[in-house]
Amino acid sequence: MSSRIMHSTIARFLLLKTFRLIMLVAAVATLSFVLVSNSPVDPVDAYVGAAMLRISPEQREVIAKRWGSDRPPVERFGRWAGQMATGNFGVSTIFNEPVLAVIGKRFVTSFWLMVLAWSLSGALGFGLGLTAGAREDTLLDRGIRLYAYTMASTPTFWVGMILLMVFSVSLGWTPVCCAWPPGLSAEQATLWQRLHHLLLPAVTLSLIGIAQITLHTREKTIEALRSDYAVFARAQGESTFGIVCRRALRNVALPAVTLQFASLGELFGGAVLAEQVFAYPGLGRTTVEAGIRGDIPLLLGIVIFSTTFVFTGNFMADLIYHLVDPRLRKTSGAIS
Amino acid sequence: MMTNSLALDRRTRTMLIILGCLVLFSGIFLGAWLYGEQGQVTNLALRKLPPGWHQPFGTDWLGRDMFARTIKGLRVSLEIGLTAATCSAIIALVFGLAAATMGRIVDVAVTWLADVGMATPHLVLLILISFACGGGAKGVIIAVAASHWPALTRIIRAEVMQLRTSDYIKLSRRLGRSSAWIARHHLLPHVVPQFLVGLLLLFPHAILHAAGLTFLGFGMPPHTPEIGTLLAESMRYLSTGMWWLAVAPGLALIISAMVFDVLGNNVRALLDPRTLRE
Repeated sequence: MSSRIMHSTIARFLLLKTFRLIMLVAAVATLSFVLVSNSPVDPVDAYVGAAMLRISPEQREVIAKRWGSDRPPVERFGRWAGQMATGNFGVSTIFNEPVLAVIGKRFVTSFWLMVLAWSLSGALGFGLGLTAGAREDTLLDRGIRLYAYTMASTPTFWVGMILLMVFSVSLGWTPVCCAWPPGLSAEQATLWQRLHHLLLPAVTLSLIGIAQITLHTREKTIEALRSDYAVFARAQGESTFGIVCRRALRNVALPAVTLQFASLGELFGGAVLAEQVFAYPGLGRTTVEAGIRGDIPLLLGIVIFSTTFVFTGNFMADLIYHLVDPRLRKTSGAIS
Repeated sequence: MMTNSLALDRRTRTMLIILGCLVLFSGIFLGAWLYGEQGQVTNLALRKLPPGWHQPFGTDWLGRDMFARTIKGLRVSLEIGLTAATCSAIIALVFGLAAATMGRIVDVAVTWLADVGMATPHLVLLILISFACGGGAKGVIIAVAASHWPALTRIIRAEVMQLRTSDYIKLSRRLGRSSAWIARHHLLPHVVPQFLVGLLLLFPHAILHAAGLTFLGFGMPPHTPEIGTLLAESMRYLSTGMWWLAVAPGLALIISAMVFDVLGNNVRALLDPRTLRE
């Protein structure tokens, strides 16, 4: 009986979230379309680029006609939205491939970078936060806090540049660019080579990403150590280490996991900057290329994709809260 | 008699910190002004020099003094960041007040717009808006201003909403005070500090995001001394071991951002009566 109630609540939750996502994507798509249609950058000029002088006005007209960029904006939007609704994101002008194919291919490359950086910063940040919280106001705590505050004010690309100079240029331990050795294709590179190229960008991202999760976990740990149950455990002779490991940990872990899932937007932004520094051919670098070279279909596709990506992170955070927190489980009427 | 004269209370310490920040920033602006054109002067006899007595930050591949370029770049970055953050905070103030006071429909619209504004990764939104504005310094300022208001809007909206339903304001209304009187005497004293602190804490974000955007190549024409552009240019010389091109401008940027952060947090503590005398 109760399990059926749980299923129905989860189904309702999923339905509501899907509806929200559709509304959100529709809004973001509309606003983005309005923005790019008002751009003074002419898509045909951006596409033609340096070949501008060799191309006749008639040829330009042919391109404009083929793309439909000579039509009024409202008509363009109608056709674009209609195509989007059927899942056709158009063709990227700089790659000459369907937008979804470009995004898919590039995202796979970025995905491993983000996963590695995300887990590294999550684990390290959580550990540092716990340590700082347990040793409040000691030298160690001050050091960790100073590090976190400094990293919060440090641009990702600068950290990347410093690491690149130290480990790739001076020491020669890591490669200078790309996601696999030059001359090979993605499939030919070995797992070890891929990891080797992935290491520095991922470390860059996690060094910055640690800041927020550390400070947050520290606050929560201090709060937990001041709670009644911690005081009670201490009265029974439990050590600080024991209280942190056996009592505070579970209470602190949940908000930390949620925060980490909710920070996918920052992760994506960081990946854009890190990929630019390390010439890593992922989705972030593609975003920059699309923006600079005026590839409007690709840029709009990436905006919508990244919105969905961030939404998925927030959704996961919500879902984990509902599944893990016994208090929320009880209120949704699903004790099995 | 025994009290240590160095153990200042929060108010004095904050005042000193604010004073120090003001001195630092006027120093940057004054320095950039005094240097005049010197950051752009090429001196091929002094190319690629590492930091030394005469060039504390070294010189670049055209013999330009990196110290002068960093100071000038910092000035441009600060100017862009400050302008954008101020615009953003004003948008947040107007939207926040409108959402809290102008009825249900406006509230729903503003809240929804804030949700949409926060739904896309910041940097992607910045790239999109900067593209829509056709780049340039104007594009960077508009992009940063248009993407940083949602968080502060939510704070101001929540604050005003909470105030409007509080007992002493209801009481004041019963006593026959006009809405304008209540707004001036009861709302403003709460909203103005929130706004000021929010504005100060927006500065570091705005400065860093603006630098990130120019680093990626959106906005500034090449050779403009701006921290993001300086760092992007230095990328090409990293492999030749000219580390000083990247280290000094980056550190200058980090220190400026941190100073604003410290400033914002101290002003917040100062304006909050509960932490004033800590």
